[in-house]
Amino acid sequence: MKVRFDIKRYNPEVDEHPHFEKYDVELEETDRVLDGLNEIRWRIDGTFALRRSCEHGICGSDAMRINGTNRLACKTLIKDVGEDVRVEPLIGFPVVKDLVVDQERFFAHYRSVLPFLINDEPPPARERLQSPKERARFDDTTKCILCGACTTACPSAWADEKFVGPAAIVQAHRFIFDSRDRGSAERLARLSGRNGAWGCRTIFNCTRACPRGIEVTKAIAEVKRSLIMGSSEERSS
Amino acid sequence: MRPRIELHERDAIVVGGGGAGLAAAGYLAKHQNLQTAVISKLYPTRSHTGTAQGGIGASLGNIDPEGDSWEWHMFDTVKGGDYLADQDGVEVLCREAVEMVYELEHMGLPFSRTPDGRIAQRRFGGHTRDFGEAPVRRSCYAADRTGHMILQTFYQQCIKHNVEFYDEYLAVDVIMDGGRCRGVLALEIHSGDLHLFHAKAVLFATGGFGRMFEITSNAVTLTGDGPALLWRRGVPLQDMEFFQFHPTGIYKLGILITEGVRGEGGVLRNNEGERFMERYAPNMKDLASRDVVARAIHSELRAGRGIDGKGYVNLDATNLGAEIIEKRLPDIADFTRTYLGIDPVTVPIPVQPTAHYAMGGIPTDLHGRVLLDAKGSVAEGLYAAGECACVSVHGANRLGTNSLLDLVVFGRRAGLHMAQYAAGADIGDLPPEPEAEAAALLSRIRNNNKGGGERAATIRDEMQAIMTKDVSVFRTAEQLGEARAKISELRVRYKDVRIDDKGKIFNLDLMEAFELGCLLDCAHATVSSAENRTESRGAHYREDYPDRDDNEWLKHTLAYLKADDRVEFDYKPVSITRFEPKERVY
Repeated sequence: MKVRFDIKRYNPEVDEHPHFEKYDVELEETDRVLDGLNEIRWRIDGTFALRRSCEHGICGSDAMRINGTNRLACKTLIKDVGEDVRVEPLIGFPVVKDLVVDQERFFAHYRSVLPFLINDEPPPARERLQSPKERARFDDTTKCILCGACTTACPSAWADEKFVGPAAIVQAHRFIFDSRDRGSAERLARLSGRNGAWGCRTIFNCTRACPRGIEVTKAIAEVKRSLIMGSSEERSS
Repeated sequence: MRPRIELHERDAIVVGGGGAGLAAAGYLAKHQNLQTAVISKLYPTRSHTGTAQGGIGASLGNIDPEGDSWEWHMFDTVKGGDYLADQDGVEVLCREAVEMVYELEHMGLPFSRTPDGRIAQRRFGGHTRDFGEAPVRRSCYAADRTGHMILQTFYQQCIKHNVEFYDEYLAVDVIMDGGRCRGVLALEIHSGDLHLFHAKAVLFATGGFGRMFEITSNAVTLTGDGPALLWRRGVPLQDMEFFQFHPTGIYKLGILITEGVRGEGGVLRNNEGERFMERYAPNMKDLASRDVVARAIHSELRAGRGIDGKGYVNLDATNLGAEIIEKRLPDIADFTRTYLGIDPVTVPIPVQPTAHYAMGGIPTDLHGRVLLDAKGSVAEGLYAAGECACVSVHGANRLGTNSLLDLVVFGRRAGLHMAQYAAGADIGDLPPEPEAEAAALLSRIRNNNKGGGERAATIRDEMQAIMTKDVSVFRTAEQLGEARAKISELRVRYKDVRIDDKGKIFNLDLMEAFELGCLLDCAHATVSSAENRTESRGAHYREDYPDRDDNEWLKHTLAYLKADDRVEFDYKPVSITRFEPKERVY
């Protein structure tokens, strides 16, 4: 079938403003949107730039707006979007070129929540014990691939660059609810202001955007509850 | 015109932000008096380690009443590698596996757990107790996301230790001065500028090169940059004829379906519904080593027993039940639902072998130091680890779960040795015009306006097609001769490759054309080495030489690139410490 792509293009070396360009590509309905974008790059117009790597929804490179919704191009099939596919870069970050955005701020927010296990107790000779129930408590947020789809779907993040955004809170959640972690107080302190978890207005765009099916809004709500009740009560519930 | 070039000086540079690179960087960063930086052509969390699924092997013995031991793990690895693995290296791999898995857990890696809170383990192909007696649960896993968790955990540790990153920098040359490494040259993808990283020690951890093939589990970015850059500078490539085809890739797409599906009890079936592995491997059946299972699938397909006469068989996991699949194999279920529209709980998964893992690569010693010849001469300051390296701990065929183990164990060893080396070494002078050759190559690609030039995609498609057709699970002299001629032709045509994008900023067109050159180097080494080895061993199966020939071929291949594009061979002996070669039966 013929699929018409309408792609937002911008090359700062030659373009004053972004513009849309149309490309027709022959594809199967089970092909990925990324297959279509690759066809364009490889056979029609090599100047078109994007990020991609694993091509099956794990590396998190190819988050973009597809027909107005944040999705991974490699996890979206043509049959999911139809014969007219409008493709734009993620909203809220500076565009480097075409679909490539500058994610430095995204990763700075990620780093700000101390995204690593904090525990200075001497470890045992073997593994630390953790029950399946304790492990399940934070399973959902371990799935995050840092693609940025949630944060760039969030109106609060669009409105305020200082808001850490849903992805960073998801990463904080992964450690706050890990029974082995001892850094919750420090981490929660960083999330206690309006630039932290309280920046969230519970709009649920993040949950809808997550290509890994993480219940992002729920995770943020759990972090908010920990801020009110203290992390230990929440963890044991 | 000389290109703009920025100079950096560091004690140690790590090229590649996957598991091996980040492991090494984490250990280097603990030495606060050393300046270390990681350069990676991707954001590190995009690296392909993240797609590893089924687990990391270590003889913790958390599940089976018979326990487990590193000697059993070592035997399985040696046997799995068809006795080509260096046993001194395998011993290090299997002994250090246990402490490394505990260390990963201490770093915060969220392993799945047993009811009593220990690290969960499951069965995997070729892993046995009592030296081949029966399957053992040795694969330590985090659902089917073990690689994702390892990559995330190492990245988290790097953040914790303030590792310096140069993200989206493409390494385009290694700077050698005689036998010593002086640094690495990289293209900043955002700006198009060149950066020269002058360093005492450089580690290449650039991953595999499965994109030589059409059907592969590998990311598009796995283009063998590290092996190619070093090969051009006179370093040999070892055992390149051994490339693993994973038995279960999604039909046509090649996306990996973990061996963990079979480890949990899934079975392969042909068009008659027969569990055909019972005929090929009566003892281990579906959990035989990957080369054995991949050959069995190809044999079934050749005999006309593919499903509906097509090029695939079924991976039947319908006996596992919804709970096992949702809890232990959730991403597999997600992949099959997304890409095939089928639910593995009720419908078998169509699979075919998919190019997966390079056993060969840059020869190293047990500390990741790059070796220049069969005598073991060390290239000072030059290191390699992970899939791009060949220690060799996988021999002729790697066992599942041993790749994550390899990058963890040897990533750490390389990092520790580099720290020690860099602390005592002088930085040394750069050779004159260190950027000249790579700059000329990039400029040639960018500025080729000849009408006759071809797109990189055209050449790449032809390379992938011939590699998948002729350098696959079964090989013959005739096929390999044809492939060699074709790759040589493509190498000539590549000299005239043409790109559309003449700009500097995020020039993906240029990057892919450069990467194609690396892939063509890897393909050249692979095809030549495969044609040269006239025996069958592990993943290298020659129909015209169907037997293993220990008299002639119990030795490693070293392939050198010569000036006239000829490949020259040398050999080095296999380290055999505990297990004498025996017939290999599963």
